[in-house]
Amino acid sequence: MATTEQPFTGTPRKVTAHITQNEKLSFELSSPGKKAYKLPPLDVPEADPAQVLGEAARESTGALPELSEIEIIRHFTRLSTWNYAIDLGMYPLGSCTMKYNPRVNEFVSRLEGIAEAHPYQPEPLAQGSLQIIKLLQDCLIEITGMDAITLQPAAGAHGEFTGILLIRAYHKSKGNTRKNILIPDSAHGTNPATAAVCGYQVVNIKSNAQGGIDVAALEQIVDEDTAALMLTNPSTLGVFENEIHKIADILHAKGALLYMDGANMNALCGKTRPGDFGVDVMHLNLHKTFSTPHGGGGPGSGPVACKKILEPFLPVPVVEQGSDGQLHWNYDRPESVGRVRAFYGNFGMFVRALAYILANGPDGLRQTTEDAVLNANYIRKKLEDVYELPYKTPSMHEVVFSDRKQLKNGVKTGDIAKRLIDYGFHPYTVSFPLIVPGALMIEPTESESREELDLFIDAMRQIAREVEENPQLVLNAPHSTRVSRLDETTAARKPVLRWKPKAE
Amino acid sequence: MRYLPKSPAERAEMLREIGASSIDDLFSVIPEEYRLQRDLKIPRQMGESEIVDHFKNAAAHNAVGYTSFLGAGVYRHYRPVIIDSLVQRGEFLTSYTPYQAEITQGTLQAIFEFQTMICELTGMDIANASMYDGSTGAAEAVMMAVRITGRDGVVVARTVHPEYREVMETYSQHQEHSAQEVGYGADGRVDLAALDQAVTEKTACVLVQSPNFFGIVEDIPAIAEIAHKKGALLIVSIAEAVSLGIVRPPVEADIVSLEAQSFGVASSYGGPFCGVLAAKETYLRQMPGRLVGETKDKDGRRGFVLTLSTREQHIRREKATSNICTNQALVALMATIFMTVYGREGIKELALQNLAKAQYAARKLGESGKLLFAGSPRFNEFVIETSEAPEQMNARLLENKIIGGVPLKKWYPELGNATLWCATELTAKEQIDQAAAVLAETAVATTA
Repeated sequence: MATTEQPFTGTPRKVTAHITQNEKLSFELSSPGKKAYKLPPLDVPEADPAQVLGEAARESTGALPELSEIEIIRHFTRLSTWNYAIDLGMYPLGSCTMKYNPRVNEFVSRLEGIAEAHPYQPEPLAQGSLQIIKLLQDCLIEITGMDAITLQPAAGAHGEFTGILLIRAYHKSKGNTRKNILIPDSAHGTNPATAAVCGYQVVNIKSNAQGGIDVAALEQIVDEDTAALMLTNPSTLGVFENEIHKIADILHAKGALLYMDGANMNALCGKTRPGDFGVDVMHLNLHKTFSTPHGGGGPGSGPVACKKILEPFLPVPVVEQGSDGQLHWNYDRPESVGRVRAFYGNFGMFVRALAYILANGPDGLRQTTEDAVLNANYIRKKLEDVYELPYKTPSMHEVVFSDRKQLKNGVKTGDIAKRLIDYGFHPYTVSFPLIVPGALMIEPTESESREELDLFIDAMRQIAREVEENPQLVLNAPHSTRVSRLDETTAARKPVLRWKPKAE
Repeated sequence: MRYLPKSPAERAEMLREIGASSIDDLFSVIPEEYRLQRDLKIPRQMGESEIVDHFKNAAAHNAVGYTSFLGAGVYRHYRPVIIDSLVQRGEFLTSYTPYQAEITQGTLQAIFEFQTMICELTGMDIANASMYDGSTGAAEAVMMAVRITGRDGVVVARTVHPEYREVMETYSQHQEHSAQEVGYGADGRVDLAALDQAVTEKTACVLVQSPNFFGIVEDIPAIAEIAHKKGALLIVSIAEAVSLGIVRPPVEADIVSLEAQSFGVASSYGGPFCGVLAAKETYLRQMPGRLVGETKDKDGRRGFVLTLSTREQHIRREKATSNICTNQALVALMATIFMTVYGREGIKELALQNLAKAQYAARKLGESGKLLFAGSPRFNEFVIETSEAPEQMNARLLENKIIGGVPLKKWYPELGNATLWCATELTAKEQIDQAAAVLAETAVATTA
């Protein structure tokens, strides 16, 4: 092979190159006097801003663009075509659970009575919203096997924050907030950041040879200063902690609690319940497991479910059913940690998550989990001969390879990821978890057909061959995108964070 | 299950290729006693039409067809149709955080435009790519000020949204700083003398809201002077973004925490909304959340990337500026499209209409009670004190399908029978007149 004259160039089967439109910034397209709005005539007397606002009246609104409606439609449509998306194909970002975002979710969240509901409308006129919240809470409690829940946190990290506050309040009620939170070295970065924000010392614990918790070592570390262990299960390696209950027992014996990061709940839903295996408190990511859209980075929603012992500390307000059968918000919760967000959380995401649960039912959720795990194992089986599998422990919903074999040719995980773009796929998660040097973290989710998986596998295998025979091709990837690799160093060193009008 | 793209035969074949005899093999790592051997007790699988019916039924149990004068941090403005047409494009809706810049330039450029427009409107130098909402944004701004100044005192105006203050209290309880509240004067604005007393050499920041919770525009230059003379930072929270079309931006502030819900985002029973932090450039490295920056690729083409990520949790872990990860990107996109639609002139025209409606409504509704803080500059909200108890007044209004003002007693016991009202460009004169008529029916005005 080394003697081949033409170095190997893979043949993407999923994509064909096509042109996209160029588009400037909206400010650069602007021209004074163009309008995309028309307000109705004012039906009350005009107000004089100088009179009403005095010195607080504004003169100029700055350099907002002035464009017509067609230009705005084209502007954002053109920009949209520069994005990759789940709707275009497999998005195997490990730990992010990029599954299909059902469109009926979007439809029902826009129904007038739901989208236009104001958080302060009287409770008797908000029963619909409250019913949605109550039913979603009941479903999530049953899915997790916990006793109580708050939907208030706006995202996963916000849920972690809330969960750790519950733990702190619980320990405080016992007379001592304790000092430390234990976090495995495989954890997502939000875990230690959260513990620090809540005033705890982070104690990092090393994973064992299987990528899991070293139970014997843990037993040595846990003491009366330990507030909790923050554990992701399945771990970021996609591995189920099969000694999870022992871990819970060790913590509980010393009065410490077990926090579960529910980022990977897509591997468990309908098959096992954290509440049954000893977890005291956990968050869920509705934008992962329960199909609400990622939207280019958010909004998310991070409900926190907990056992009875933590219920008194949940954020205010909580939904309760009155003796009249009506649902109410109860603000009278003296032991509550307080509010973590104004109003009641990202309600629009609750609507979507509930629509997803109703579309699935118990059988659908179980089948979903099974398919997610099946897909990850299928990829593992089909790629384990060409990519190094650092941990041989059985995979659940994601599989983590390393770039060890490719590194011989100077190619790193980030390069393989960029080359994958040329094959029509979004890259997997690069260089995470930190315990695997050069990690390729692949989570296909249940949303991929066998055909799409085979295309992905084919792409990954072709890239592995390119690395052997034509590494430069991979190192310079992507070759097919509007822009090639961007200069991130200059971006950080001399930040340009906004457009500025050209000086006259 | 209609979302799952596999036939039973395909599943069986894949299992065979993996070398598993059944799907349960793949779950055998879960100890048997914890494997769920039954169906989850949740509603059965529904057809799409049943799901739609379920939510239509729920929607019918919410207020539909009512005239509403609710504001108080969540505002009803017209949302141009193209916002929804564009944000429902799968390329925006179903894309992830733009870490892979080559295939997410669409999201990145839109956020860059968002950051620019927020800077233009707030008078700040830099803006981030969004926070969860205005309440958590304000709490993060306070933590940012504590980091910048190395001081631990926080002075907060009581005219800041009460729920924002509750959130800040939750955030601060395990941080090493203490908050002190400063009341308001007869004009409904921060009591400047009390503020001057409260701010010391230990104060990290002063936090005010403008327009404040009563809809009154605060005297930002005067507040800034008090804060700055002791070396404290000024944080201005803005809950009603449309006000920026006609209210002078808080250019004297060090940090602005904006809730952008008013820019084309549905009230949606309180979320998702879109917080955003803007600040003076010198505070860039202490700014939490994601930032998009302009750069070039190797051929010199302009492109955008997430930048300065060394502030963030995925790099810094327990030493990060914040634990925030997910933001509100799609909602920020809605706000971006809204700002683009209204543009330089429209945002002002829109704000002027709000100003006029609120002036008219305050005058009409004030006839049946007392308009509090009457001479102060205000945007689209106002406080009315009635002799009638707010619950009773609102019950009478509801009989006429009108949702009246928010009773303030819960947060401000001294304001007894006062209610907070809001009128926007969507509030018709007819609706205001009708509400005024209902109020006048039996109300005995307190002496003005």
